[in-house]
Amino acid sequence: MPESVPGAGYVLGALAVMFVVTVALRAAPFVALAALKNSAFVAFLGRTMPAGVMVILVLYTLRDVGQTTWLPAAVGLAGTIAVHLWRRNAALSTVAGTGLYLVASALWT
Amino acid sequence: MSMPDRRTSEIRAGVSDSWAVGLGLIPLGLAFGVVLTQGGFDWWWAPIFSTVIYAGSMEFLAIGLIAAVTPFLSVAAATLLVNFRHVFYGLSFPLNRVRGRFARLYSVYALTDESYAIVAPKARETLSSTRILTVQVVCQLVWVASGTVGALVGAVLPEGLTGLEFALTALFTVLAIDAFRANRDLPAPVIALVCGLVALLVAKDEMLVVGLGLFVLCLFVRFVYRDKVARA
Repeated sequence: MPESVPGAGYVLGALAVMFVVTVALRAAPFVALAALKNSAFVAFLGRTMPAGVMVILVLYTLRDVGQTTWLPAAVGLAGTIAVHLWRRNAALSTVAGTGLYLVASALWT
Repeated sequence: MSMPDRRTSEIRAGVSDSWAVGLGLIPLGLAFGVVLTQGGFDWWWAPIFSTVIYAGSMEFLAIGLIAAVTPFLSVAAATLLVNFRHVFYGLSFPLNRVRGRFARLYSVYALTDESYAIVAPKARETLSSTRILTVQVVCQLVWVASGTVGALVGAVLPEGLTGLEFALTALFTVLAIDAFRANRDLPAPVIALVCGLVALLVAKDEMLVVGLGLFVLCLFVRFVYRDKVARA
């Protein structure tokens, strides 16, 4: 375990929290299907939330990018977008973008 | 056909439905395992993470959240916001085709992006209980196995060989493009970009919860405002 972590109990507790929330979200529509289906706000969230959440997650993963790593990150990001617009294959775009990032990092430092 | 033959052919159908997506999961699973061990965890945490959380993007995020000893309430909030999209999967997933109480519980637990993407678009009448469960089991086996292999490989890799965590950035980028294509709503990702940047500036350590919370708040305001305009 990382040195910052106080013990396995904390890790298992955090995992349990994520398990409960994730399964509750997956089960919610089956438990309250009718109510959710008729909620205009939930329908609105369904259309607007996914793309926005992903954009914030991209920013989150890049939060520690600094002076030494911004160029490889930009190359990897541009490569991922270009390959995905070109071939529309999620696995291919992910692998190609990561590969470009690794190559750019090796060349840049 | 007799019953066992029919079951075999349904399992075969499920495997052929899922092999392409399964191949796509392997590099991501390997990357998860490597990133997990390079984050300081022993390799055997990989199957535990992948079984207990079983939501790929959340597992990557969990490495950082746990290493930072994030309070449980913040962990819950982050999970709620990151995995909220799963609520929408249930609205159109053919759970009524799955037979048996335990099988249904498993099917809900294993309702990932990938299994939804494979099962939901197919015609209901072609989907048997066995076929749906096969798809979900194959996806989970591939995910847990590739994560564990990645962790074992990562444990013997030399220190300093990092960068595979970029796979997560690439994955989110791909999912953002696909989600945008599905709905063509430009304001949402733009609002999200602004919320994310604001969160980075004001609360870098709690960026995820602050950014996502701000984003949902903005969507709510936008929804109420649109409703008012439509009614006027």
